[in-house]
Amino acid sequence: MNDPVDVLIIGAGASGAAVAWSLADTKMHILCLDQGGWMNPAEYPSTGRDWEAKFYGDWSTSPNVRGRPEDYPINDDNSPIKVVNFNGVGGSTVMYTAHWPRLHPSDFKVKTLDGVADDWPIDYDALTPFFEENDRMMGVSGLSGDPRSPLTHPPMPPQPLGLSGPLIGKAMNKLGWHWWPSDTTVATMDYEGRARCINLGHCTPACAQGAKASTDITYWPHAIRAGVELKTHCRVREIMTNADGMASGVVYYDKDGVEQFQPAEVVIIACNGVGTPRLLLNSVSGRFPNGLANSSGLVGKNLMFHPYAQIYGFVKEVTDSNRAPPTCLWSKEFYDTDLSRGFVRGYGIQFGRGAGPVFEAVASEQKGILPWGADHHRVFRRLNGHRLAVSAICEDLPEEHNRVTLDPVLKDGHGIPAPRIDYTISENSRKMMDHGLARGREILEAAGATDICTNDPIPWGGWHLLGTARMGTDPDRSVVNEWGRSHDVKNLFIVDGSVFVTSGGVNPTSTIQAVALYIADQMKQRLANLFD
Amino acid sequence: MSELTQTQRDDLRTIAAMIIPASEEYKVPGADDPAIQADMLTTLGRDTALVQKALDHLAQLAGKPLAALDAARRDAVAKEFRATGGAAAATLVRVVLQCYYRDDRVLRSLGIELRAPFPRGHVLPDGDWSLLDPVKERPVNLRRA
Repeated sequence: MNDPVDVLIIGAGASGAAVAWSLADTKMHILCLDQGGWMNPAEYPSTGRDWEAKFYGDWSTSPNVRGRPEDYPINDDNSPIKVVNFNGVGGSTVMYTAHWPRLHPSDFKVKTLDGVADDWPIDYDALTPFFEENDRMMGVSGLSGDPRSPLTHPPMPPQPLGLSGPLIGKAMNKLGWHWWPSDTTVATMDYEGRARCINLGHCTPACAQGAKASTDITYWPHAIRAGVELKTHCRVREIMTNADGMASGVVYYDKDGVEQFQPAEVVIIACNGVGTPRLLLNSVSGRFPNGLANSSGLVGKNLMFHPYAQIYGFVKEVTDSNRAPPTCLWSKEFYDTDLSRGFVRGYGIQFGRGAGPVFEAVASEQKGILPWGADHHRVFRRLNGHRLAVSAICEDLPEEHNRVTLDPVLKDGHGIPAPRIDYTISENSRKMMDHGLARGREILEAAGATDICTNDPIPWGGWHLLGTARMGTDPDRSVVNEWGRSHDVKNLFIVDGSVFVTSGGVNPTSTIQAVALYIADQMKQRLANLFD
Repeated sequence: MSELTQTQRDDLRTIAAMIIPASEEYKVPGADDPAIQADMLTTLGRDTALVQKALDHLAQLAGKPLAALDAARRDAVAKEFRATGGAAAATLVRVVLQCYYRDDRVLRSLGIELRAPFPRGHVLPDGDWSLLDPVKERPVNLRRA
């Protein structure tokens, strides 16, 4: 048996890294287990000539396609939106677009404002210092002063508008609609040991320059220097409990596949909105026959994805193509509820700068706008390097039938039952997506685009895994309390996107990490009576 | 190395040329070019099974080597293949495209530098920031809780 630790964190991704770093100043013995290993930037796709092809194989966003040993399969056949993620130190911050909006203050009071879903038990103001702290730690670039977004203070200037940005800006100005340079975690100047962005372009599947923040190069070096221990290639199978109903530790498989028990005084789960319910549902015992922390029956339920409605077209002007980070601008024009639109809540818009030649050829052929035969070359030259994209990130409301369960057949490489996703797009989300597509078409037409195509939803767009272990004050209606502690198991905490009550209409990683830092801070304030 | 049979390789070469024929105008080879074909065969990897499935489907539709069909029949088979071939056909087409659009002669014709993005990266123009002035002039409009 391993020596007991004070705090055991499961998962070294966005939230696990932030919590590890924050708790390090307590000088407790903190251990983090991650199923993956450290990344080697020298092997990232943009270091090779076949950088685009890797996106369809070893560097696919889908764990089912990628199939690395550290990935676990996910049965998402019964969902129009497929789960995408990355497993390893840094988690999905290794493989994301680095778009960095925050949830808005109104997103925490959805029930009060709009009569749907539930209010969060915490509000934006409670998270404000942690948003700021997280922006410093991750290293954010952007332009302060967006009139339609919460006030931020990015430590670095925004990305250049490039070629695509002005085309979008002119179109939005023509329509009189809001737009603004995105906050992103792409370093636009040398920052805390990270080199500035040099526009490798292909930065979603990991940044070889290290300009894009991922927690393996932001939080983890600080946490490890402060004494946190991180063991890689250790996959946790289940959380064990003792006679008092407290978590006693975890059973995991080490890098050699040997089963180990790791005792701990406190267990913190940071495995994302799919991995966390999977682990809880796999942690069955006589006392917890329906899975750990599941007296509410809500573990795995209320899965929210953010359906992405994407529309794109091709302009006469040359766009940034693959020569820039993929996102640079956002719009909050349709973010807030306006019932005259036929739906409640709203969506953010994320603009895309373009695509590389292989991606363009594959996508355009699939859409039927790039022909086979003699005309292929002429049409490809008109499309390639001329793409502009508009994506509506639609707020998904919580619905219990959208859920993560355990697949009765599918298992990972260690024989642990894999997650199964059952998810449908709601009527409200459908109307929101239709609205987003219609407005997106207006934007593209204002930019002079033709050959307009849609992805509705983006099928491999399940980046944002939220809501499956929601926070709340009522143990019958939530899994964790307002500071992340399980209602049922008083030394068990959840800090990832699972705890989201609602999803907002923006990329959630900034808010996930702010919530994680908030929970860590709450724990530190309550160390003397953490289990009361 | 690819596990395709010679017949399958022949059909792959034929269908690749139908997707992307050579062009005198743009001075580029077709996707049936030997070097591009060799790239496909040596890098099939995880796509092998689906490409084999696609080629089996294609052979079933054609009834004989694709190259042996007259042009009209070959076009009809190709159309049906793309329409009914599902994920396997999509994978085959993607393999053809991803190998074609990394060939040096093709990239040169497109004006794309023959190099990996890292370590040189790219230079972006800063852009016209005055475009943001009308947005800046608007009052703060953030829905409060």
